[in-house]
Amino acid sequence: MSPQNHQHAPLHLADEGDAAAALAEAEAGQNRFEEIIAEDSRVEPRDWMPESYRKSLVRQVSQHAHSEIIGMQPEGNWISRAPSLKRKAILMAKVQDEAGHGLYLYSAAETLGRPREEMYDQLYTGKAKYSSIFNYPARTWADIGAIGWLVDGAAIVNQVPLCRASYGPYGRAMVRICKEESFHQRQGWEILHSLSHGTQAQHQMAQEAVDRFYGPALQMFGPPDGDSPNSQQSMEWKIKRFTNDELRQRFVDMLVPQVEALGLTLPDPELKWNEERGHYDFGDLDWDEFFAVIKGNGPLSRQRLEHYRKARDEGAWVREAAVAYANRASRNEDHDQAALIGA
Amino acid sequence: MTSSADSSSWPLWEVFIRSSRGLSHVHAGSLHAPDATMAIRNARDLYTRRNEGTSVWVVPAAAIMASDPDSKGAYFESAQGKSYRHATYYTQSEGVKHL
Ligand SMILES: [Fe+2]
Ligand SMILES: [Fe+2]
Repeated sequence: MSPQNHQHAPLHLADEGDAAAALAEAEAGQNRFEEIIAEDSRVEPRDWMPESYRKSLVRQVSQHAHSEIIGMQPEGNWISRAPSLKRKAILMAKVQDEAGHGLYLYSAAETLGRPREEMYDQLYTGKAKYSSIFNYPARTWADIGAIGWLVDGAAIVNQVPLCRASYGPYGRAMVRICKEESFHQRQGWEILHSLSHGTQAQHQMAQEAVDRFYGPALQMFGPPDGDSPNSQQSMEWKIKRFTNDELRQRFVDMLVPQVEALGLTLPDPELKWNEERGHYDFGDLDWDEFFAVIKGNGPLSRQRLEHYRKARDEGAWVREAAVAYANRASRNEDHDQAALIGA
Repeated sequence: MTSSADSSSWPLWEVFIRSSRGLSHVHAGSLHAPDATMAIRNARDLYTRRNEGTSVWVVPAAAIMASDPDSKGAYFESAQGKSYRHATYYTQSEGVKHL
Protein backbone atom coordinates (compact mmCIF):
# COMPACT_ATOMS: atom_id res chain seq x y z
CA MET A 1 0.00 0.00 0.00
CA SER A 2 1.35 3.37 -0.94
CA PRO A 3 2.17 5.69 1.95
CA GLN A 4 0.39 8.35 -0.09
CA ASN A 5 -2.87 6.54 -0.13
CA HIS A 6 -5.50 6.50 2.49
CA GLN A 7 -6.21 3.04 3.70
CA HIS A 8 -9.76 2.46 4.81
CA ALA A 9 -9.78 0.60 8.08
CA PRO A 10 -11.71 -2.65 7.96
CA LEU A 11 -15.11 -2.11 9.49
CA HIS A 12 -16.05 -5.70 10.29
CA LEU A 13 -16.36 -5.49 14.02
CA ALA A 14 -16.66 -8.88 15.59
CA ASP A 15 -18.07 -7.86 18.93
CA GLU A 16 -18.79 -5.01 21.25
CA GLY A 17 -15.22 -4.93 22.48
CA ASP A 18 -14.08 -4.08 18.97
CA ALA A 19 -16.80 -1.46 18.67
CA ALA A 20 -15.64 0.18 21.88
CA ALA A 21 -12.03 0.02 20.70
CA ALA A 22 -12.98 1.63 17.39
CA LEU A 23 -14.84 4.36 19.24
CA ALA A 24 -11.85 5.04 21.48
CA GLU A 25 -9.61 5.13 18.42
CA ALA A 26 -11.88 7.63 16.68
CA GLU A 27 -11.91 9.77 19.80
CA ALA A 28 -8.13 9.72 20.05
CA GLY A 29 -7.98 10.50 16.33
CA GLN A 30 -10.34 13.43 16.69
CA ASN A 31 -8.27 14.83 19.58
CA ARG A 32 -5.06 14.46 17.64
CA PHE A 33 -6.65 16.07 14.58
CA GLU A 34 -7.82 19.06 16.63
CA GLU A 35 -4.36 19.41 18.13
CA ILE A 36 -2.75 19.43 14.70
CA ILE A 37 -5.14 22.12 13.47
CA ALA A 38 -4.72 24.19 16.64
CA GLU A 39 -0.94 24.22 16.44
CA ASP A 40 -1.11 25.02 12.71
CA SER A 41 0.69 21.82 11.79
CA ARG A 42 -0.27 19.68 8.76
CA VAL A 43 -2.60 16.73 8.38
CA GLU A 44 -0.99 13.98 6.28
CA PRO A 45 -2.68 11.27 4.16
CA ARG A 46 -2.62 8.40 6.62
CA ASP A 47 -3.65 10.45 9.66
CA TRP A 48 -7.08 10.01 11.12
CA MET A 49 -9.34 12.87 9.99
CA PRO A 50 -13.05 13.62 10.34
CA GLU A 51 -15.08 12.29 7.43
CA SER A 52 -16.48 15.78 6.83
CA TYR A 53 -12.96 17.23 6.54
CA ARG A 54 -12.00 14.53 4.05
CA LYS A 55 -15.15 15.04 2.01
CA SER A 56 -14.85 18.77 1.92
CA LEU A 57 -11.21 18.53 0.79
CA VAL A 58 -11.96 15.96 -1.90
CA ARG A 59 -14.63 18.29 -3.25
CA GLN A 60 -12.40 21.36 -3.21
CA VAL A 61 -9.24 19.71 -4.55
CA SER A 62 -10.98 17.75 -7.31
CA GLN A 63 -12.94 20.83 -8.43
CA HIS A 64 -9.69 22.74 -8.45
CA ALA A 65 -8.09 20.00 -10.60
CA HIS A 66 -11.03 20.00 -13.02
CA SER A 67 -10.74 23.80 -13.34
CA GLU A 68 -7.10 23.52 -14.39
CA ILE A 69 -7.96 20.87 -16.98
CA ILE A 70 -10.97 22.67 -18.49
CA GLY A 71 -9.01 25.92 -18.16
CA MET A 72 -6.69 24.76 -20.94
CA GLN A 73 -9.47 25.10 -23.50
CA PRO A 74 -10.00 28.87 -23.89
CA GLU A 75 -6.26 29.37 -24.36
CA GLY A 76 -5.51 26.15 -26.21
CA ASN A 77 -7.89 27.46 -28.80
CA TRP A 78 -5.50 30.31 -29.59
CA ILE A 79 -2.25 28.38 -29.87
CA SER A 80 -2.57 27.97 -33.63
CA ARG A 81 -3.51 31.64 -34.04
CA ALA A 82 -0.91 33.28 -31.79
CA PRO A 83 0.45 36.38 -33.52
CA SER A 84 4.11 35.32 -33.44
CA LEU A 85 6.23 32.23 -32.92
CA LYS A 86 7.40 33.60 -29.55
CA ARG A 87 3.84 34.21 -28.32
CA LYS A 88 2.92 30.74 -29.52
CA ALA A 89 5.76 29.10 -27.58
CA ILE A 90 4.79 31.09 -24.47
CA LEU A 91 1.14 30.11 -24.75
CA MET A 92 2.02 26.46 -25.24
CA ALA A 93 4.21 26.56 -22.14
CA LYS A 94 1.38 28.11 -20.15
CA VAL A 95 -1.23 25.61 -21.31
CA GLN A 96 1.18 22.76 -20.53
CA ASP A 97 1.62 24.20 -17.03
CA GLU A 98 -2.16 24.15 -16.53
CA ALA A 99 -2.23 20.45 -17.46
CA GLY A 100 0.51 19.94 -14.88
CA HIS A 101 -1.50 21.83 -12.26
CA GLY A 102 -4.44 19.54 -12.91
CA LEU A 103 -2.24 16.48 -12.43
CA TYR A 104 -0.63 17.75 -9.19
CA LEU A 105 -4.10 18.35 -7.80
CA TYR A 106 -5.58 15.02 -8.92
CA SER A 107 -2.65 13.36 -7.14
CA ALA A 108 -3.38 15.34 -3.98
CA ALA A 109 -7.07 14.38 -4.13
CA GLU A 110 -6.10 10.75 -4.65
CA THR A 111 -4.23 10.72 -1.33
CA LEU A 112 -7.63 11.29 0.29
CA GLY A 113 -8.84 7.96 -1.06
CA ARG A 114 -10.71 9.18 -4.13
CA PRO A 115 -9.68 7.06 -7.16
CA ARG A 116 -8.42 9.03 -10.14
CA GLU A 117 -10.79 7.19 -12.46
CA GLU A 118 -13.78 8.33 -10.46
CA MET A 119 -12.74 11.98 -10.74
CA TYR A 120 -12.21 11.68 -14.50
CA ASP A 121 -15.61 10.03 -14.81
CA GLN A 122 -17.30 12.79 -12.86
CA LEU A 123 -15.90 15.41 -15.17
CA TYR A 124 -16.74 13.30 -18.22
CA THR A 125 -20.36 12.82 -17.18
CA GLY A 126 -20.80 16.47 -16.26
CA LYS A 127 -21.37 15.74 -12.57
CA ALA A 128 -18.25 17.58 -11.46
CA LYS A 129 -18.07 21.33 -11.04
CA TYR A 130 -15.22 23.56 -12.14
CA SER A 131 -14.57 27.29 -12.03
CA SER A 132 -17.26 29.07 -14.04
CA ILE A 133 -14.77 31.52 -15.55
CA PHE A 134 -13.75 28.88 -18.10
CA ASN A 135 -17.21 28.80 -19.59
CA TYR A 136 -16.58 32.20 -21.14
CA PRO A 137 -15.14 32.36 -24.66
CA ALA A 138 -11.77 33.88 -25.61
CA ARG A 139 -12.96 35.94 -28.54
CA THR A 140 -9.83 37.85 -29.49
CA TRP A 141 -6.08 37.66 -28.94
CA ALA A 142 -6.51 40.41 -26.35
CA ASP A 143 -8.68 38.00 -24.36
CA ILE A 144 -5.62 35.79 -23.98
CA GLY A 145 -3.93 38.79 -22.39
CA ALA A 146 -6.91 39.48 -20.14
CA ILE A 147 -7.11 35.81 -19.10
CA GLY A 148 -3.44 35.77 -18.09
CA TRP A 149 -3.60 39.06 -16.25
CA LEU A 150 -7.03 38.78 -14.61
CA VAL A 151 -7.90 35.08 -14.43
CA ASP A 152 -4.45 33.84 -13.48
CA GLY A 153 -4.08 36.96 -11.33
CA ALA A 154 -7.21 36.09 -9.36
CA ALA A 155 -6.05 32.49 -9.16
CA ILE A 156 -2.76 33.61 -7.60
CA VAL A 157 -4.49 35.73 -4.95
CA ASN A 158 -6.69 32.75 -4.14
CA GLN A 159 -3.89 30.19 -4.22
CA VAL A 160 -1.10 31.86 -2.28
CA PRO A 161 -2.88 31.40 1.10
CA LEU A 162 -3.75 27.83 0.08
CA CYS A 163 -0.03 27.00 0.18
CA ARG A 164 -0.59 26.95 3.95
CA ALA A 165 -3.70 24.75 3.76
CA SER A 166 -3.86 22.33 6.69
CA TYR A 167 -3.84 19.28 4.41
CA GLY A 168 -0.19 18.60 3.52
CA PRO A 169 -0.48 17.25 -0.04
CA TYR A 170 -2.83 20.10 -1.06
CA GLY A 171 -0.50 22.75 0.35
CA ARG A 172 2.50 21.18 -1.38
CA ALA A 173 0.69 21.06 -4.72
CA MET A 174 -0.21 24.73 -4.29
CA VAL A 175 3.41 25.72 -3.61
CA ARG A 176 4.43 24.13 -6.88
CA ILE A 177 1.52 25.76 -8.71
CA CYS A 178 2.10 29.23 -7.29
CA LYS A 179 5.73 29.19 -8.44
CA GLU A 180 4.51 28.64 -12.00
CA GLU A 181 1.58 31.04 -11.96
CA SER A 182 3.53 34.27 -11.78
CA PHE A 183 4.80 33.83 -15.33
CA HIS A 184 1.20 33.23 -16.45
CA GLN A 185 0.04 36.55 -15.09
CA ARG A 186 2.99 38.52 -16.41
CA GLN A 187 2.78 37.18 -19.94
CA GLY A 188 -0.91 38.17 -19.99
CA TRP A 189 -0.12 41.63 -18.72
CA GLU A 190 2.51 42.01 -21.42
CA ILE A 191 0.12 41.00 -24.18
CA LEU A 192 -2.27 43.72 -22.99
CA HIS A 193 0.56 46.23 -22.63
CA SER A 194 1.71 45.67 -26.23
CA LEU A 195 -1.82 46.01 -27.55
CA SER A 196 -2.61 49.01 -25.40
CA HIS A 197 0.43 50.80 -26.80
CA GLY A 198 -0.19 49.70 -30.39
CA THR A 199 -2.66 51.06 -32.91
CA GLN A 200 -5.97 52.61 -31.90
CA ALA A 201 -7.75 49.40 -32.91
CA GLN A 202 -5.37 47.28 -30.83
CA HIS A 203 -5.81 49.56 -27.84
CA GLN A 204 -9.57 49.25 -28.14
CA MET A 205 -9.30 45.47 -28.44
CA ALA A 206 -7.30 45.37 -25.18
CA GLN A 207 -9.84 47.59 -23.39
CA GLU A 208 -12.75 45.44 -24.54
CA ALA A 209 -11.04 42.29 -23.32
CA VAL A 210 -10.51 43.84 -19.88
CA ASP A 211 -14.14 44.96 -19.87
CA ARG A 212 -15.29 41.41 -20.60
CA PHE A 213 -13.12 39.59 -18.06
CA TYR A 214 -13.05 42.00 -15.10
CA GLY A 215 -16.41 41.03 -13.57
CA PRO A 216 -16.13 37.26 -14.08
CA ALA A 217 -12.54 37.35 -12.71
CA LEU A 218 -13.75 39.06 -9.51
CA GLN A 219 -16.37 36.35 -9.18
CA MET A 220 -13.69 33.66 -9.18
CA PHE A 221 -13.37 34.21 -5.41
CA GLY A 222 -16.88 32.83 -5.01
CA PRO A 223 -20.13 34.39 -3.77
CA PRO A 224 -20.17 37.16 -1.14
CA ASP A 225 -19.37 35.95 2.38
CA GLY A 226 -23.04 36.05 3.37
CA ASP A 227 -23.89 33.50 0.65
CA SER A 228 -20.94 31.20 1.17
CA PRO A 229 -22.07 28.66 3.79
CA ASN A 230 -18.98 26.40 3.59
CA SER A 231 -16.43 29.16 4.08
CA GLN A 232 -16.67 29.34 7.86
CA GLN A 233 -16.01 25.64 8.40
CA SER A 234 -13.21 25.68 5.85
CA MET A 235 -11.55 28.52 7.74
CA GLU A 236 -11.90 26.72 11.07
CA TRP A 237 -10.14 23.75 9.50
CA LYS A 238 -7.45 26.13 8.20
CA ILE A 239 -7.96 25.04 4.62
CA LYS A 240 -9.04 28.56 3.70
CA ARG A 241 -7.29 31.45 5.44
CA PHE A 242 -9.29 34.42 4.18
CA THR A 243 -12.92 34.93 3.21
CA ASN A 244 -14.08 35.34 -0.40
CA ASP A 245 -14.71 39.06 0.09
CA GLU A 246 -11.33 39.64 1.74
CA LEU A 247 -9.54 38.06 -1.19
CA ARG A 248 -11.68 39.92 -3.72
CA GLN A 249 -10.84 43.22 -2.03
CA ARG A 250 -7.15 42.37 -2.04
CA PHE A 251 -7.36 41.63 -5.77
CA VAL A 252 -9.16 44.88 -6.65
CA ASP A 253 -6.59 46.88 -4.67
CA MET A 254 -3.81 45.24 -6.69
CA LEU A 255 -5.51 45.75 -10.05
CA VAL A 256 -5.95 49.51 -9.91
CA PRO A 257 -2.26 50.50 -10.21
CA GLN A 258 -1.70 47.67 -12.70
CA VAL A 259 -4.46 48.85 -15.03
CA GLU A 260 -3.08 52.38 -14.85
CA ALA A 261 0.34 51.09 -15.93
CA LEU A 262 -1.41 49.41 -18.86
CA GLY A 263 -3.02 52.67 -19.92
CA LEU A 264 -6.45 51.01 -19.68
CA THR A 265 -9.42 51.32 -17.31
CA LEU A 266 -11.53 48.94 -15.24
CA PRO A 267 -15.21 48.85 -16.23
CA ASP A 268 -16.66 49.96 -12.89
CA PRO A 269 -17.90 53.55 -12.45
CA GLU A 270 -18.19 53.02 -8.68
CA LEU A 271 -14.54 52.11 -8.28
CA LYS A 272 -12.89 54.68 -6.02
CA TRP A 273 -10.36 54.97 -3.22
CA ASN A 274 -11.85 54.95 0.26
CA GLU A 275 -9.48 56.80 2.54
CA GLU A 276 -11.21 55.61 5.68
CA ARG A 277 -11.08 51.91 4.82
CA GLY A 278 -7.72 52.12 3.12
CA HIS A 279 -9.18 50.13 0.23
CA TYR A 280 -10.91 50.71 -3.08
CA ASP A 281 -14.70 50.62 -3.04
CA PHE A 282 -16.19 48.81 -5.99
CA GLY A 283 -19.64 48.23 -7.47
CA ASP A 284 -21.88 45.16 -7.17
CA LEU A 285 -21.23 42.21 -9.44
CA ASP A 286 -23.84 40.37 -11.48
CA TRP A 287 -24.46 37.41 -9.17
CA ASP A 288 -27.53 36.21 -11.09
CA GLU A 289 -25.26 35.62 -14.06
CA PHE A 290 -22.69 33.92 -11.82
CA PHE A 291 -25.18 31.43 -10.44
CA ALA A 292 -26.62 30.80 -13.91
CA VAL A 293 -23.14 29.96 -15.22
CA ILE A 294 -22.48 27.67 -12.24
CA LYS A 295 -25.69 25.81 -13.03
CA GLY A 296 -24.31 25.03 -16.47
CA ASN A 297 -25.81 27.90 -18.44
CA GLY A 298 -22.56 29.65 -19.24
CA PRO A 299 -21.92 30.78 -22.81
CA LEU A 300 -19.73 27.73 -23.52
CA SER A 301 -20.60 25.25 -20.74
CA ARG A 302 -21.82 22.64 -23.20
CA GLN A 303 -18.91 23.05 -25.63
CA ARG A 304 -16.31 22.77 -22.87
CA LEU A 305 -17.71 19.44 -21.73
CA GLU A 306 -18.10 18.13 -25.28
CA HIS A 307 -14.54 19.02 -26.07
CA TYR A 308 -13.27 17.28 -22.93
CA ARG A 309 -15.21 14.11 -23.86
CA LYS A 310 -13.95 14.20 -27.41
CA ALA A 311 -10.33 14.54 -26.27
CA ARG A 312 -10.78 11.66 -23.83
CA ASP A 313 -12.51 9.41 -26.34
CA GLU A 314 -10.04 10.10 -29.09
CA GLY A 315 -7.09 9.42 -26.79
CA ALA A 316 -8.50 6.08 -25.62
CA TRP A 317 -6.63 4.03 -28.21
CA VAL A 318 -3.32 5.50 -27.08
CA ARG A 319 -3.99 4.52 -23.47
CA GLU A 320 -5.09 1.06 -24.58
CA ALA A 321 -1.96 0.59 -26.65
CA ALA A 322 0.25 1.67 -23.74
CA VAL A 323 -1.41 -0.87 -21.44
CA ALA A 324 -1.11 -3.63 -24.06
CA TYR A 325 2.56 -2.82 -24.54
CA ALA A 326 3.27 -2.80 -20.80
CA ASN A 327 1.43 -6.12 -20.34
CA ARG A 328 3.32 -7.79 -23.17
CA ALA A 329 6.66 -6.52 -21.90
CA SER A 330 6.00 -7.86 -18.39
CA ARG A 331 4.86 -11.23 -19.84
CA ASN A 332 8.11 -11.48 -21.80
CA GLU A 333 10.04 -10.70 -18.64
CA ASP A 334 8.22 -13.47 -16.75
CA HIS A 335 9.00 -15.79 -19.64
CA ASP A 336 12.71 -14.89 -19.55
CA GLN A 337 12.77 -15.43 -15.79
CA ALA A 338 11.15 -18.84 -16.17
CA ALA A 339 13.69 -19.78 -18.83
CA LEU A 340 16.56 -18.78 -16.54
CA ILE A 341 15.23 -20.80 -13.66
CA GLY A 342 14.68 -23.74 -15.98
CA ALA A 343 18.30 -23.58 -17.08
CA MET B 1 -15.15 5.57 -22.51
CA THR B 2 -13.42 2.29 -21.87
CA SER B 3 -12.46 2.30 -18.25
CA SER B 4 -10.14 -0.70 -18.67
CA ALA B 5 -7.74 1.47 -20.62
CA ASP B 6 -8.33 4.51 -18.53
CA SER B 7 -5.02 5.96 -17.43
CA SER B 8 -6.15 5.61 -13.83
CA SER B 9 -5.90 1.84 -14.15
CA TRP B 10 -2.23 2.45 -14.79
CA PRO B 11 -0.27 1.93 -11.59
CA LEU B 12 0.66 4.84 -9.36
CA TRP B 13 4.34 5.85 -9.25
CA GLU B 14 6.07 8.05 -6.70
CA VAL B 15 8.52 10.50 -8.25
CA PHE B 16 11.84 11.58 -6.69
CA ILE B 17 13.98 14.36 -8.16
CA ARG B 18 17.63 15.24 -7.60
CA SER B 19 17.67 19.01 -8.02
CA SER B 20 21.43 19.25 -8.51
CA ARG B 21 24.55 17.16 -8.19
CA GLY B 22 25.56 16.57 -4.60
CA LEU B 23 21.98 16.51 -3.29
CA SER B 24 19.69 13.57 -2.53
CA HIS B 25 16.64 12.71 -4.56
CA VAL B 26 13.61 14.26 -2.88
CA HIS B 27 9.97 13.23 -3.24
CA ALA B 28 8.29 15.53 -5.78
CA GLY B 29 4.87 13.94 -6.24
CA SER B 30 3.19 11.06 -7.98
CA LEU B 31 1.71 10.12 -11.32
CA HIS B 32 0.08 7.23 -13.17
CA ALA B 33 1.89 5.45 -15.99
CA PRO B 34 1.63 2.03 -17.67
CA ASP B 35 5.31 1.14 -17.13
CA ALA B 36 8.58 2.46 -15.74
CA THR B 37 9.77 3.95 -19.03
CA MET B 38 6.62 5.99 -19.45
CA ALA B 39 6.64 6.90 -15.76
CA ILE B 40 10.14 8.40 -16.14
CA ARG B 41 9.14 10.32 -19.26
CA ASN B 42 5.95 11.63 -17.70
CA ALA B 43 7.85 12.57 -14.55
CA ARG B 44 10.26 14.62 -16.63
CA ASP B 45 7.39 16.46 -18.33
CA LEU B 46 5.41 16.91 -15.15
CA TYR B 47 8.04 17.73 -12.55
CA THR B 48 11.06 19.18 -14.39
CA ARG B 49 9.68 21.78 -16.81
CA ARG B 50 11.95 24.46 -15.32
CA ASN B 51 15.27 22.73 -14.75
CA GLU B 52 14.15 21.39 -11.38
CA GLY B 53 16.14 18.20 -11.81
CA THR B 54 19.28 16.49 -13.00
CA SER B 55 18.00 12.99 -12.22
CA VAL B 56 14.63 11.32 -11.76
CA TRP B 57 13.64 8.17 -9.85
CA VAL B 58 10.25 6.56 -10.14
CA VAL B 59 9.10 3.90 -7.71
CA PRO B 60 5.87 1.88 -7.91
CA ALA B 61 3.83 3.31 -5.04
CA ALA B 62 2.76 -0.22 -4.13
CA ALA B 63 6.39 -1.16 -3.47
CA ILE B 64 6.87 1.41 -0.72
CA MET B 65 6.56 0.20 2.86
CA ALA B 66 5.66 2.85 5.42
CA SER B 67 5.64 2.91 9.20
CA ASP B 68 2.20 2.65 10.71
CA PRO B 69 0.87 6.17 11.39
CA ASP B 70 -1.13 4.95 14.40
CA SER B 71 1.90 3.64 16.28
CA LYS B 72 3.66 6.97 15.70
CA GLY B 73 4.09 7.88 19.36
CA ALA B 74 5.49 4.61 20.62
CA TYR B 75 7.44 3.85 17.48
CA PHE B 76 9.63 6.93 17.64
CA GLU B 77 9.73 7.10 21.42
CA SER B 78 13.18 5.60 21.87
CA ALA B 79 14.69 8.78 20.42
CA GLN B 80 13.03 10.87 23.10
CA GLY B 81 14.64 11.59 26.45
CA LYS B 82 18.03 11.00 24.91
CA SER B 83 19.20 14.56 24.61
CA TYR B 84 22.77 13.30 25.16
CA ARG B 85 22.69 12.34 21.49
CA HIS B 86 22.89 16.03 20.63
CA ALA B 87 25.95 18.26 20.93
CA THR B 88 23.91 20.89 22.78
CA TYR B 89 23.65 18.50 25.77
CA TYR B 90 27.32 19.15 26.62
CA THR B 91 27.76 22.60 28.16
CA GLN B 92 31.04 22.42 30.11
CA SER B 93 33.00 23.35 27.02
CA GLU B 94 31.21 26.70 26.59
CA GLY B 95 33.66 29.43 25.61
CA VAL B 96 36.28 26.92 24.50
CA LYS B 97 36.97 27.46 20.81
CA HIS B 98 36.63 24.96 17.97
CA LEU B 99 34.84 22.43 20.19
FE1 LIG C 1 -3.08 26.86 -13.09
FE1 LIG D 1 -2.20 29.62 -14.70
